[in-house]
Amino acid sequence: MAASPVGVNRFYVILGAVAVIGLGLLGYQLLKPATVSIPANVTVQPSDTAGFRGYLKGAEGAPVEITEYADYQCPFCQTFATLQMPTIEERLIKTGRLRWRYRDFPLQQHPYSRIAAHSAACADEQGKFWPQHERIYEGQSDWSDSRKGADIFRRYARELGLDLGRYDACMAAGKYAGRIQASYDEGARAGVSSTPTLLVGGRLYQGRFDSDAITRLVDSLAPRAASAK
Amino acid sequence: MIYRMGAALMSLVGVFVSAYLYLYKIGRIGALACGSGGCETVQTSAWSRFLGVEVALIGLIGYALLFGAGLVAIRPALARERWPVVLIAVLAAGGVLFTLYLTYLELFVIHAICRWCVGSAVIILSIFILALLALRRPPEPQAA
Repeated sequence: MAASPVGVNRFYVILGAVAVIGLGLLGYQLLKPATVSIPANVTVQPSDTAGFRGYLKGAEGAPVEITEYADYQCPFCQTFATLQMPTIEERLIKTGRLRWRYRDFPLQQHPYSRIAAHSAACADEQGKFWPQHERIYEGQSDWSDSRKGADIFRRYARELGLDLGRYDACMAAGKYAGRIQASYDEGARAGVSSTPTLLVGGRLYQGRFDSDAITRLVDSLAPRAASAK
Repeated sequence: MIYRMGAALMSLVGVFVSAYLYLYKIGRIGALACGSGGCETVQTSAWSRFLGVEVALIGLIGYALLFGAGLVAIRPALARERWPVVLIAVLAAGGVLFTLYLTYLELFVIHAICRWCVGSAVIILSIFILALLALRRPPEPQAA
C-alpha cells in the first residue's frame, strides 16, 4: 500500500484518538477519589497510644502472657491465626493459663496490612476487635491481592453488625494510624523484624509456631510464674 | 507503510501501559487494576527496579523512543527509507530481550505474573515483528 498523504493523515487521526483515550484513562486514575488509605511512618503522638499496649485476650491473672507481633497480610500469620490459635485459645486462654496480647507489625512490603490493622482497630471501638481480626485473617486470600481491600473489610464490619457510620468515619479519619505505628515502633525496638514474632516475658520466642509447642511452653512456664506470685 | 503505522500505534499503547505502571510505582495511583493480583507482588518486589531505576520508567522511556521513531518512520517523505525501521527494530529487539529477562524473573524468581507486564510483553513483541515485516517489504513506490 503506497502511503498517500491522505492515508497518513487518517492514521494521525487514529493516533490522536488513541492518545485522547489513553490520556483520559490515566487522568481518571489520577483524579478519581482516593480510596481509604492509612499513612505509614506517621509521627506518633502520646495521645495515639494513651496506655494502649495491644489487644488482649484471656484472664488478667493468667500466669503466662504472650505478645504476638503480626501482620494481617503475612501468609504465615494467617496460618497461625486460623489453624493454631483456635487450639491455643481452647487449651490455654479459656482455661485461664495464658493471656494473649496481639500487636500490629505491618510490614512495608504488604500494602494492605496497615489498612487491615486499622479496620480491626475501628472494630475495636465497637467492641468487635477479635471477630473482625479473625474475619480479616480468614479472608486474607480474598483481599490480599484485591484492590478492594477496604470494601471487603467494610463488608466484614457490616456482617459483624458494626455501626457502619462510626466505622466509616473512623476509617476515613485514619484515627488509629499513630497507634499502629507506635505498635510497629515498639516491636522494632524489642527486636521484631519478621512476622509473626512472639515475645514471652519480653524475650523473643525461638520455638515452633504450633499449638503443641505453645502448650509445652506454657506448661514449662506456668509453675514458675505461679510460684513467683 | 501499514507495518510502520502498526508499530507506531503499538508504541503509543505501550507508552500508556508503562505510564500507568510508573504512576502506580510512584504512588500516584492507589491500586492497580489487576485481576490476578500478581501485579502488586511484582510491582512491589525488589526486581521492580533495574540498576536502581524503576522498570516501569525504563519501559516508559523505551516506548516513548519507539513512538518517536514510529512517527518519523510514517512520514511520507521517509516512506522509502529503511533506517527509521531499522531503528525501531533495534530498539524493539532490546525491549524484547529485557522483557524476556523480566518474564523469567516473574516465573522463576518472584513466582507471580503481572497482567500488565504480560500486556507489555505482547506489545513489544508485536512492535518487533511489525518492524521485521516492514524491513522484509520491498520499498514502496513514491506517492503521487
